[in-house]
Amino acid sequence: MASARLTALELLLWGAAAVAVAVLPSVLSIFGVVQITVFFIFCLLAVSLDLAWGLAGLLSFGQAAFFGVGGYVYAIISMNDATTLAALVAAAGAAGVAAGALGYVAFYARLSAMFLAVMTLTVTLILLQVMGSTADPSYHIGMAVLGGYNGMTNIPSLALDPPFVSARALGPIGFFWTVSGLLIGVVVLGRLLMIAPFGRVLVAIGENEQRVELLGYDVRWRKLAIFSLSGAVAGLAGALFSSWGSFINPEVFSLAQSAQVVIWVLVGGRGSLYGAIVGALLVQALTQYLGSIGTAYTTLALGSILVVFVLLLRRGLLPTIVRGVTGRIAAADGVRQR
Amino acid sequence: MEFLFVTLIGVAFAIASLVLLSLGLAIIYGMMGVINLAQGELIMLGAYTVILSSAHGLGVWGGIVLAPFVVGAIGLVIERCIIRFLYGRLLDTMLATWGLSLAIIAAVTLALGPTTEGVATPLGHVAIGDYALSVYNLFVIAAAAVSVGFVWALFNFTKFGLIARGTMQNADMVAALGIHPPTIYMATFALGSALAGLAGAVMAPLTGVVPSLGLAYIAKVFITVTVGGAAIFGGTLGAGVFLGAIESAVSFISTPIYGQVAMLGCALLVLRIAPQGISGLWRRRG
Repeated sequence: MASARLTALELLLWGAAAVAVAVLPSVLSIFGVVQITVFFIFCLLAVSLDLAWGLAGLLSFGQAAFFGVGGYVYAIISMNDATTLAALVAAAGAAGVAAGALGYVAFYARLSAMFLAVMTLTVTLILLQVMGSTADPSYHIGMAVLGGYNGMTNIPSLALDPPFVSARALGPIGFFWTVSGLLIGVVVLGRLLMIAPFGRVLVAIGENEQRVELLGYDVRWRKLAIFSLSGAVAGLAGALFSSWGSFINPEVFSLAQSAQVVIWVLVGGRGSLYGAIVGALLVQALTQYLGSIGTAYTTLALGSILVVFVLLLRRGLLPTIVRGVTGRIAAADGVRQR
Repeated sequence: MEFLFVTLIGVAFAIASLVLLSLGLAIIYGMMGVINLAQGELIMLGAYTVILSSAHGLGVWGGIVLAPFVVGAIGLVIERCIIRFLYGRLLDTMLATWGLSLAIIAAVTLALGPTTEGVATPLGHVAIGDYALSVYNLFVIAAAAVSVGFVWALFNFTKFGLIARGTMQNADMVAALGIHPPTIYMATFALGSALAGLAGAVMAPLTGVVPSLGLAYIAKVFITVTVGGAAIFGGTLGAGVFLGAIESAVSFISTPIYGQVAMLGCALLVLRIAPQGISGLWRRRG
């Protein structure tokens, strides 16, 4: 699945995705479009984790933290009369820097993968408590009131505001196209990255870090680079999320939220970027269905899914299916060739 | 003078609660290298044991005595059903226990409701000069000391402790000598769970008990154990003293939130300097 070359099938898939995205708004109701938009934002978040975890084996338990940082930075900057586009870029940048700072501590101290997981988890929980404690109106940055656990409301929606032209809000369909375009763009760039020498070294790091080091590669800055990139993409998703609902609250830093990202990628299968998207869509659909019964049931189901997949289906759905299919084809080919 | 005494008791309490809460995980991590993310939920289950026992006439003390056994048994089931398939796969263990943690929180919410339960703090107060000091806080300090002493004695003076330490150093050699290492792991995990249950039970009268209680402790516990490193006693005690002192000092100056933030910041700093935790520093010198 995570093949080292682009296949014609893959190019076809990108084309099909672009066409589907272009056509979807005319098929669906506005409500449907808005719904799919947030699903795609979560797909972007899932892809961001897969960039670090799937490629280089860097499991961040705090991907939701970078998402949240992006969301809050977008909210704070856009509410202070900056253009929303600048806020979007700043959000991705801030999340990237945050990931970079954490990554610097972890990778340059050569902490093990497990410590990275513990660290990212702890930072997420601390952020939850810190942002939750800002309920007092005196906690504000410029005109943006942080609002504690109630969160921030009235966040401006993303508007494409080219210089010298009056800003125009995107509207649901325009926003949908922006989100989908960014998602496809990130997947395409991510795949190109995986094919480039840099990406191949990353995959090798994920498989056997020590061997890569012995071959003379400096693994530290490479891990730092992909981890920051992953954080930046998560921040971008967070910014889109707070623009989508005009709302963000510290819930984005909760453990359940962090777990969800990991579950998406685990269910779909890591290492291909496509698996992350499949997982996010499937689990999100399930969550929405169960959410109508009660949130406790959702959490129960998500927790059980996590345990079952780790124990029984470690590769995730997509790689398992693909391996099943291609394995059968390869077996048939093998018979023919012999 | 009285102020100093009360402040010192406060710092000792912060350290003791940190050590008490972390001891279970420290054993599980130090002995087996397993990071159990459901540890916070084991603490929560211990706290609920106290709530349920005082609701059914056994009282708070009955609950505190009962909790290690109840939670130890639950830990045994978890080890048999999940953990034992994942030994040697660190990240997978973390993921599975994370899922378990979510599932336990949801199950308890469904069974007992999402409301905050509480029991009155027993033992009352003593007056020290102008200050009222909760006697229960002294009990927590005593409980932490007794737990650490018990575990230390168990590992150093009993046959089980000898075998367990042997398994930690070289499981293959222990197996070659005719002892089944998985049985030792199972017992160790149950022991770690029981200690988490005890910690939760002891802390229960001091906080409101909700299904998400474990989340409040888990960050602290992890940071303490990670900073402590592989040495169970020295590491956890050292990290507990260091982090507990920082947390209570900063909390005293500003708010508990900043206390936690300062604790995390220091922990990251320590890990940057000593990636193996503070017990790694001693080992390098020794």
